[in-house]
Amino acid sequence: MAAENLPTAMIETVTRVADWVIVLPMALALMGAALLLIVRKSAGLGFVLALLVVTGIIACETSLLMRVAEFGPQSMTMGKWLPPFGISFTADLFGASFALAASVVTLIVLVYAEADRPPEVAGDGFYALVLLLLAGVTGSFLTGDLFNLYVWFEVMLISSFGLMVIGGTPMQLDAAVKYGFLNFLATTIFLLSLGLLYGLLGTLNMADILRVAPLANPAAMVGVAALMLLAFGMKAAAFPVNTWLPASYHAPPAAISALMAGLLTKVGIYALLRTLVVVLPATRDVLEPVLVLVAVATLVLAPLGAIAETNLRRAMGFVVIGGIGAVLAGIAMPSLGGVGGAGMYIFHAMLTMTALYLVAGMIEKQTGETDSRRMGGLYGTSAPLSILFLVFMFGAAGVPPLLGFWPKLLLIEAGLDQGDAVGGLLVVALLVNAVLTIIAGSRLWAHIFWRADFTPEAPPAAPPGGLHYLAIGVLAVLIVAAGLWPNPLFEVVRVGAGDMIDSARYTDAFGLAEVTP
Amino acid sequence: MDYVIAALVGCFVALGIYMLLSRSLIRMLLGIIVLGNGVNLLIFTAGRLTREIAPIVPRGLDTPAGAIANPLPQALILTAIVIGFAMFCFLLVLAYRTYQALDADNTDTMRVAEPEHAPNPPLSY
Repeated sequence: MAAENLPTAMIETVTRVADWVIVLPMALALMGAALLLIVRKSAGLGFVLALLVVTGIIACETSLLMRVAEFGPQSMTMGKWLPPFGISFTADLFGASFALAASVVTLIVLVYAEADRPPEVAGDGFYALVLLLLAGVTGSFLTGDLFNLYVWFEVMLISSFGLMVIGGTPMQLDAAVKYGFLNFLATTIFLLSLGLLYGLLGTLNMADILRVAPLANPAAMVGVAALMLLAFGMKAAAFPVNTWLPASYHAPPAAISALMAGLLTKVGIYALLRTLVVVLPATRDVLEPVLVLVAVATLVLAPLGAIAETNLRRAMGFVVIGGIGAVLAGIAMPSLGGVGGAGMYIFHAMLTMTALYLVAGMIEKQTGETDSRRMGGLYGTSAPLSILFLVFMFGAAGVPPLLGFWPKLLLIEAGLDQGDAVGGLLVVALLVNAVLTIIAGSRLWAHIFWRADFTPEAPPAAPPGGLHYLAIGVLAVLIVAAGLWPNPLFEVVRVGAGDMIDSARYTDAFGLAEVTP
Repeated sequence: MDYVIAALVGCFVALGIYMLLSRSLIRMLLGIIVLGNGVNLLIFTAGRLTREIAPIVPRGLDTPAGAIANPLPQALILTAIVIGFAMFCFLLVLAYRTYQALDADNTDTMRVAEPEHAPNPPLSY
């Protein structure tokens, strides 16, 4: 065949400079991580460099978000090959705003960690690993190719392994074994589903999958989607496969576990949202009963775990799992409100769960204990901590003036609009979850802050310093402000969820090559 | 040929899952690597097995002269092998360090992060 008869497969034009903002966050994070690995021995420099790089990433992502808000989903394809041959990065409103939230959270955690880390641990590669983690998270949010998503998952996984064992205490090693094996198993299952999907469709580009998926054997596609549900459910710690999270997240230092709680499970559930709602919507409808069951079980059982747990950060782990149930409820309701509520919940969970772990770390620092039974009477020594803890706990439960209220409102509205038994079941589960989370939170609060007659066994530890309060204060202001003025967020969610349900604008952004499937 | 390899993939995955169900860390590691190789083989088979030539365009032509082997699964597997190998190495070292630190290679006796017989939650308040 002569070359001139072939449809064009290459992008001939020069990429505009403005388009680079889609890949710049990942490029900056990866290069920053390499740089920080080189200078890891020089104390002080690492923190400043990491702050600069993350600030640069935030600037890129802000400009990307504004471009997406103005012009619709944006895409860029590597190597000038047209998709599906080249690997695409595609940002829609959900992806771009989650990526922005992830880097803001990372910035805050970096400030907190600077205050928290003892000086003798300098040189352990903490900053390089954090940036690598951010690269993996951002890449997962912005990629438009499923195999590329797998690669970003592994980037995220290996850096979180590193963060999990930094310091190398026996408890961290124990936690890392469970975290490592189960999460690696989850990504292997994801790879398995990718292999099967490639065998069925011959493509892994998200827009291309949407085009050719109706031609494939529907039963086989459901099998693939079920494997993805298992893999992403494991990554997100949904109910039957959630045990690794409370077994591991409390082991590393508070800053690291806050970063993981804020970002990692959210990426897992976002990947589920993206694949089931956008890429394989036909299989989502078949899997809906499973989704509903998993969502209800996660919503109801997770806060019960939080009530039964006395270790403060392990209890927080169960609260994180409960939040995943709320997102699953949104995925189980394919309406604008359901998907919008799920997306808004991911945004809220990134901020609130990080804040919960950070404030738990501050309480542990103040008391020198990790178990709430050996804490008490803290209200007398630190009233601000008690207010912060209560605010974040109520935020996680979804009490009105805070950010957590709005996504739950959207989800409950969507469930009522659905008007059938399934919608009603999800609404009841969401409400039960809220009540149980409040019970768990206020119980912990009462144990830690009341009990005025309590005499601590451990000598009073070093109280948290100004930087701690600065980091947590910024998060608190963000959560309260977003709760009081939710209109911009609602606008983002309305357009973003619209693009998820009707994926025409999303797939158009790819600019697929004209090839016959 | 596809069917034989597909059956082999099934054996690999079954063996991997069986070994992962063990409580010994070393067996679990072996299970992970067997499962990973099963998955790699699956991607290879999913790209359709052919006896065609390597996907190299001859000099002077814009397209390959005849049928070629599908190059994409090879690229995917190469990525997956590298990643899987790195993860396996990490987990191997982690298992060894855990054995040194906790004197345990059995997940039943690794209870530092999750203490066994945890006391009941307080009943006050």
